[in-house]
Amino acid sequence: MKRILRLFFDMWEDLRFKYAVTVLTALVLLSILSIFSPYDPYKWYVLPTNQPPSLEHILGTDGKGQDIFWLLTFSLKNSLILATIAAVFSRIIAITIGMLSGYLGGTTDRILMALTDTFMVMPVFPLLLLLSSLIKNYLSLPILGLIIGVFGWAGDARVIRSMILSLREREFVVTSKFSGMRTFEVVFGDFVPYLIPVISGGFIGSMMGAIGFEIVLAILGFTRVEIPTLGSMFHWMINFQAMLLGYWWWVLTPIVTAVFLFTALYTLSLSINEYLDPRTRMQRIGAVK
Amino acid sequence: MEKIAVAENLRAYYFIKSGDKTTSIRAVDNVSLHFFENEVYGIAGESGCGKSTLLKVLFGEIKPPLKLVDGEVVFKLDGEEYRINSMSLDQLKKIRWKYVSYVPQGSMSVLNPVRKIRRIFLDVIEEHTSMSREEAFSRIESYFEALGLPVRVLDSYPHQLSGGMRQRVTIALATVLNPKVIFADEPTTALDVVVQRGVIQLLKKIHKEQKNTLVIVTHDMGVHAHLATRIGVMYAGRLIEEAETHEIFKNPLHPYTRFLINSLPRFGDRSRKEGTPGSPPSLANLPSGCPFHPRCPIADQICMEMEPDLIEVARNHKVACWKVGVER
Amino acid sequence: MRVSVRNLTKIFRVGSIFSLKKLVAIDNVSFEIGSGEIFSLAGESGCGKTTTAKILLGLEEPTNGEVLYDGIKLKDFVENEMHFLKKVQTVQQNPFSTFNPFRKVEDYLFKTVLRFKMANTKDEALRLIEEKLSVVGLNFDEIKGRYPSEFSGGQLQRISIARALLTNPSFLVADEPVSMIDASLRISIVNLFRDLKERFGISILYITHDLSTAYYVADKLAIMFRGSIVEMGRAQDILDTPFHPYTKLLKSSIPVPDPEYEWDENINLSSTEREEFFAKGCKFASRCPEVMSICRESVPPDFDVNGRVVKCWLYK
Repeated sequence: MKRILRLFFDMWEDLRFKYAVTVLTALVLLSILSIFSPYDPYKWYVLPTNQPPSLEHILGTDGKGQDIFWLLTFSLKNSLILATIAAVFSRIIAITIGMLSGYLGGTTDRILMALTDTFMVMPVFPLLLLLSSLIKNYLSLPILGLIIGVFGWAGDARVIRSMILSLREREFVVTSKFSGMRTFEVVFGDFVPYLIPVISGGFIGSMMGAIGFEIVLAILGFTRVEIPTLGSMFHWMINFQAMLLGYWWWVLTPIVTAVFLFTALYTLSLSINEYLDPRTRMQRIGAVK
Repeated sequence: MEKIAVAENLRAYYFIKSGDKTTSIRAVDNVSLHFFENEVYGIAGESGCGKSTLLKVLFGEIKPPLKLVDGEVVFKLDGEEYRINSMSLDQLKKIRWKYVSYVPQGSMSVLNPVRKIRRIFLDVIEEHTSMSREEAFSRIESYFEALGLPVRVLDSYPHQLSGGMRQRVTIALATVLNPKVIFADEPTTALDVVVQRGVIQLLKKIHKEQKNTLVIVTHDMGVHAHLATRIGVMYAGRLIEEAETHEIFKNPLHPYTRFLINSLPRFGDRSRKEGTPGSPPSLANLPSGCPFHPRCPIADQICMEMEPDLIEVARNHKVACWKVGVER
Repeated sequence: MRVSVRNLTKIFRVGSIFSLKKLVAIDNVSFEIGSGEIFSLAGESGCGKTTTAKILLGLEEPTNGEVLYDGIKLKDFVENEMHFLKKVQTVQQNPFSTFNPFRKVEDYLFKTVLRFKMANTKDEALRLIEEKLSVVGLNFDEIKGRYPSEFSGGQLQRISIARALLTNPSFLVADEPVSMIDASLRISIVNLFRDLKERFGISILYITHDLSTAYYVADKLAIMFRGSIVEMGRAQDILDTPFHPYTKLLKSSIPVPDPEYEWDENINLSSTEREEFFAKGCKFASRCPEVMSICRESVPPDFDVNGRVVKCWLYK
């Protein structure tokens, strides 16, 4: 536990990390705030429409008569959950396939890589459009998350496989073997530290991709836009022509939120990657003493 | 003999930042030396003693986190003085390859892998001279012949050559324009023994024919015995002994040099030898006084407190030790 | 432990899909390592010594031939992996890549003790570790809590040897253990191997390209060249008076740390190693100063000269 705290404070030195963590914490807190919402996001026309920000409604109301601020809390919550599901799911597949392929080699490797290549060349966006339109009624958020995840593992599976292939040949693997370590001890103790940058980078990238896809699909109307998400906020805002009508509070909310979310995730990825890069870690281990 | 390069009171440290702490690694700590024309100067010492850094400083290759904290390097080439440390990169480029050359460690990987050898040589020649292409080609080929390297190597890519051949090609590249001073960092390390001999012989040949100054850094005393006319022994960033090669081998004065010479296995001798006890100090955390005192069998109170200076105790023989002359 | 290598052959396939060639890395090699003996396998890079080591450690499969440990075939011995690894240990060439930079070095020591059941409690384990560390001239406090990057090459190599000793092995394969260590620091590590043999009776396969350390420490010596053993016998005898022209070349090429000593002639180097591997007769023929016409035609057999094995037509 102490180590994790020390890790956190070490990374906190990086300005980018400060920004990322601050913004993300704020956004997550906003999502949690949704529990206390006095309004049900599924009920429309409960408030006067298109009211600019006031003391009662700090981000104003939109064309469907909903409080934008509280709607935002739900939207953030759902988008973040969606992103996390997609990221976790795609990482699990990528790591499993990458490791099995790299470590076992032979026929297993060939079969798994054929599968990976198949997924890699699939045109994700058209397929997402197709799938969404076909099963729109069943397209709850978790399902959407899984579908996006299913298209996001192929590239990193190959990367992880290559890393395992090279790590397998290192001299320290021989040392581990002669120290009596079993296969899983070798995999977790020797390989995983090198894989963490790829995995964490991939995780955040996957989240960003999922949020992005959801926004685009929603704007085009391919998801269930009655469910409050960041994408559906964009959808209704465009649908009701808020820009033309000058309802700037309705237009800016999803845009600014999306910008903060993406920049925070990106800078988090940058600072984590730099911190976890084996080369900089080496420098730190020596220099601290 | 004329002095071709003089270095005075060089101090070069690596500054490593971690969080808000900065550690300084004192790789070169108050080193003064000079090189004559037409000599081979060997810099000896263990890994991590700072000899590679010293070479970089002498060549003018000082990049962060390395910083020159004190001292100056002055070259006297063709009657002109060049203050290496105050020259801009453009000015340095003008004298590099042509007057001063550097063969870095692991130089086999220095060759551009996507160009043929001939092309690599051409690039260097065209950059530093005004020779025409034909002149350059004939110069390259006659140089290879003079060195005993097969001319067909010129039409190969670096990866097609063996490690030893790549090393020799790199040395040829560094010397094709007949520079006055050549710095070589561990030119024979990581090479097989027979290939090592080929490289040593090549360096000897180049020195004999071009009559230039060769400065060789290596931990291998056998290489120094074959090539160097003078040897400087480094320890913990400092020069602790300097003398002519014969003197160093026959009459090493500093306790560290004595361990160095006596610990080498030789044919015909299977008697048990002892290496230097203990381990070299970390350059970030040097002991007080003489840096060798924790490992020295004859260390005294004064050795722990005060750093000895490099002083001439016999003709052309300098040592940095308080106890020189005590134990023979 | 006695180790017998009989007619060992290892062939690699090299080249692209369009031109597959067979590279004979090890060509019908046989030698015996006696109990409590230091056997040195010497040669330059590409001669097959590292591949031989890998086969003896069960990390590579031979194409032909067999290896016997105290009479038991390697194939059978390796089946009980933990038992094999307990008796046969290794010290690798590069101390900087022997340990994973993300692991503390003590992890390797403790894991070795625990996995091979050399101790039952943590205290017992610590005592065993201290014991082996003192054999190599270190103590636990010096290594406690530290990562590989905090040590010098010499220290890492010592730790590597200590780790190998924890299982009380009978056979140690040391693959160029001092090649990556400064020449001036080699002697203390090489002395360790001498100690291991004299104090614990461990048989050691000492692989090297540096004949001067082989002279200093080995009982028996085999010189390998491009996959074959060209000379084999008592180490001191071979290096005092080498018979095979390649051995003579190897010995004379060592830069003797004596400024009075001079090489008498310049040598020729091959520009690519592949050429020699695929030569028809004796592989050394193209560089041999004593080459005869028969040398280029057929591969010389092994001749016995006063108890020494020499693979050279000069000794017919």
